[in-house]
Amino acid sequence: MSVLLFGVAKDIAGVPVIDIPEHITDVAALKAWLYNSYPALQQLKSLMIAVNREYAGDGQLISSDDEIAVIPPVSGG
Amino acid sequence: MDVLIKIKEIITVQEALEFIQAPECGGEVIFAGTVRNHTKQRSVLKLFYECYEAMAVSEMHKIAQQVQEKWPVQKLAMLHAIGDKYPGDLAVVIAVASAHRGVAFDACEFVIDTLKETVPIWKKEFFADGEII
Repeated sequence: MSVLLFGVAKDIAGVPVIDIPEHITDVAALKAWLYNSYPALQQLKSLMIAVNREYAGDGQLISSDDEIAVIPPVSGG
Repeated sequence: MDVLIKIKEIITVQEALEFIQAPECGGEVIFAGTVRNHTKQRSVLKLFYECYEAMAVSEMHKIAQQVQEKWPVQKLAMLHAIGDKYPGDLAVVIAVASAHRGVAFDACEFVIDTLKETVPIWKKEFFADGEII
């Protein structure tokens, strides 16, 4: 299952797309896996996950059919 | 309400201003956000803006929807620049037209405040001392 990375999350991982293990089936598990795999993400003041271009809560299920993205604190404007 | 939403390399106030012209509107408010040459007393060389474009456009449409529910606004333009931007360059333009100015001021402030909170756009700051944040 692939996950898109943006902003500082992309810089931390060093790549714009990562593959995550298939046993991850919800947003909470994805966040835990990300924090474990890339500890520098813990320094960010927030980390949101978007599923199909919508901000997703921790309980939302994810599958390989979804477009999943890691959204670090936004800073537009 | 008519809405213009664009994310692109070069944006202009003129494009937003032309879009919001309407004979029934007597109040046009424009917010122009430009690149500052300093952040917390440190000299800034340039900013680099990137976005998650599909989601950014979707979130900008959600803001427009909220404006439509809250205020009698006739026209709304939201333009955001991406790529390298230097001090003085335009980064964002919000333009609102309504029958009267009060509504246009309120809606314009709401749009830029909400955009900065919810729209997936990121800036990277390049400082004169070499640091990049």
